[in-house]
Amino acid sequence: MIRFLIKGLIRDKSRSRLPVIVVTLGVMLTVAMHAYVKGFMGETLEMNATFSYGHVKVMTRAYAEEAELLPNDLALLEVSTLNEELSERFPAMEWAPRIRFGGLIDVPDEQGETRAQGPAVGLALDLLSEDSNEIQRLGLPRALIRGGLPKERGEALISEAFSQRLLIEPGDDITLIGVSMNGSMVMHNFRVAGTLLFGMDILDRGTLILDIEDARLALDMPDAAGEIVGFLPGGFYDDATARHTADAFNAAYQSDPDEFAPLMKALSQQGSMGPYVQFGQVWAGYISLVFVVAMALVLWNAGLLGGLRRYGEIGVRLAMGEEKGHVYRTMIYESVCIGIAGSVIGTALGLFVAWLLQEYGINVEGLMEGASLMFPTTIRARITPPAYYIGFIPGLAATVIGTALSGIGIFRRQTSQLFKELEA
Amino acid sequence: MNGTSEIIQIQGLVKRFPMGKGEFTALRGITLTFGKGEFAGLVGPSGSGKTTLLNIIGSLDVPTEGWVNVLGNSIGTLSAKEAAQLRKESIGFIFQSYNLLQVHTVYENVEFPLLLLKHNGSQRRRMVMDALEWVGLVDKEKSKPPQLSGGECQRVAIARAMVKRPPLVLADEPTANLDAANSHHILKTMETLNRELHTTLLFATHDDKVIGYLRRMIYLLDGRVDRDETVRKD
Ligand SMILES: Nc1ncnc2c1ncn2[C@@H]1O[C@H](COP(=O)(O)OP(=O)(O)OP(=O)(O)O)[C@@H](O)[C@H]1O
Ligand SMILES: [Mg+2]
Repeated sequence: MIRFLIKGLIRDKSRSRLPVIVVTLGVMLTVAMHAYVKGFMGETLEMNATFSYGHVKVMTRAYAEEAELLPNDLALLEVSTLNEELSERFPAMEWAPRIRFGGLIDVPDEQGETRAQGPAVGLALDLLSEDSNEIQRLGLPRALIRGGLPKERGEALISEAFSQRLLIEPGDDITLIGVSMNGSMVMHNFRVAGTLLFGMDILDRGTLILDIEDARLALDMPDAAGEIVGFLPGGFYDDATARHTADAFNAAYQSDPDEFAPLMKALSQQGSMGPYVQFGQVWAGYISLVFVVAMALVLWNAGLLGGLRRYGEIGVRLAMGEEKGHVYRTMIYESVCIGIAGSVIGTALGLFVAWLLQEYGINVEGLMEGASLMFPTTIRARITPPAYYIGFIPGLAATVIGTALSGIGIFRRQTSQLFKELEA
Repeated sequence: MNGTSEIIQIQGLVKRFPMGKGEFTALRGITLTFGKGEFAGLVGPSGSGKTTLLNIIGSLDVPTEGWVNVLGNSIGTLSAKEAAQLRKESIGFIFQSYNLLQVHTVYENVEFPLLLLKHNGSQRRRMVMDALEWVGLVDKEKSKPPQLSGGECQRVAIARAMVKRPPLVLADEPTANLDAANSHHILKTMETLNRELHTTLLFATHDDKVIGYLRRMIYLLDGRVDRDETVRKD
């Protein structure tokens, strides 16, 4: 019986070809979209993690309250001890102390008079230690436009746009005018080692990157840091792990009433990242659902037409004593075969498209002008394990639902009525 | 038919179809019996109720009133499952438009009823080849219906109806789409099978060629039995 059905399915092109094509297309789109959005959202998350939130971030409770204001007067103290504690408790993760600060860049002329001035968004991180991974993490070598990376204390990096606006060349001296940890105004000189272009509006407007020891000296923050960012092993954000880590860390300080006690927050618990992460977790379901509905509608109609064409066959099978339920079930089996065939082909094609997107990417720089969230300017797909099976959900669900819906019409009819239509 | 057991008993059969607001009465009190091995036909003008009656006998439809018993089964009271069981085991159908499965070979078409009966492979093979021999299509077993003539198609349909050797075969206008030569050919085949397998054959027809072969003619007119004639042959 199964052999009989499969023969029918394979030989009757009109029964198999259109549905397989529809499923293939739908599944291909689902898989490609999945990898594409995964890549886009993943890259956006990683970017925000790398430059500001970390996968997790440790701050003082007070700092965390108003973290967006960069309140360095509330910074963590005795950071080297805390850093050791973190490395001990979470050895698989990477930890990096950072200071984020605001300030004014003052460019002096030969006489030492102010030639140009501009506000800067400062980021201080460990650029010089042997064991520091920050330069690679931020992709500084790739972002470098002119000059070189800092090799010794007192050297800074600034964004290329900033350097052009203030007419600064690598090798020039600049003065940072900022606020120390205890609230007094401080001035400190740096030599510009190089200029950077990240391709992200928010970073390219006026960024100043310093070594963290220089920043500590300039801002009077000995062994202090506004934040310690932590990165999960594997390099990709995983919300559950990040939250779990934060909870485990915070549990140890639960009974400590000090507002300067350290507090760890996962990426999704910072800024506006929560909804973004949440959306990232459910979007695959939504996309699959959309494709399930759209494909089921098409297949339902195809199934209705096919069903009409098959009245003859169905009527004869009923007349020969096959039960209606059995006929209906065999139609569902057929749709499962079609769903699997279409899903396999569609997944293969979809993965190929996703692979192309992963290798070559799409440049969307123009769309991202003035965006305040950090978005990557080249969108690349990312093929993750779900890409291999996600297409089967709409692929199978749509064919089965489509067939089930169209089959009901036939199923409900009186047997003799089928014959009327058959004889006509 | 003298002394043969009755396999179909119909008593006061009325069939009404809902039509718009009212009802249409297609059969108005039919009382008939058929014995084993009959070669009989329902004859009458279009709309007289031949197909309706044949469908009820074939358990494809149910009586509105009255009582129909086919091979010991009371048609009106069968569940859908039981009706399917009756058709599967005991009734063969032949249609005006053949209704062969177009993408399946002659062999597979004839084999299908045996698949439903879950006969094993070698049993099926033997029975299908026998049936193809009865209708003279052994050499076409691998052909598909689109490659066959109308006459050949109807012979495949006969083989399909007969392959399980059912006690009852119902044929609704089996010659309507055939020329004279082919009509005579298939009627002779059916006559032979009726004689050799003792299958009861019941036709619905208004084709004179068919009527010429019938041993009993039930003339229907407007949903009633007008005349019931038995022809004595030989
Ligand atoms: N499902 C139905 N609903 C309403 N009326 C029906 C239905 N089936 C049959 N009829 C009516 O019942 C009457 C008898 O129909 P039936 O098909 O039995 O005639 P017939 O003798 O087979 O005619 P023909 O020689 O044209 O095949 C017709 O008037 C037909 O319109
Ligand atoms: Mg008719």
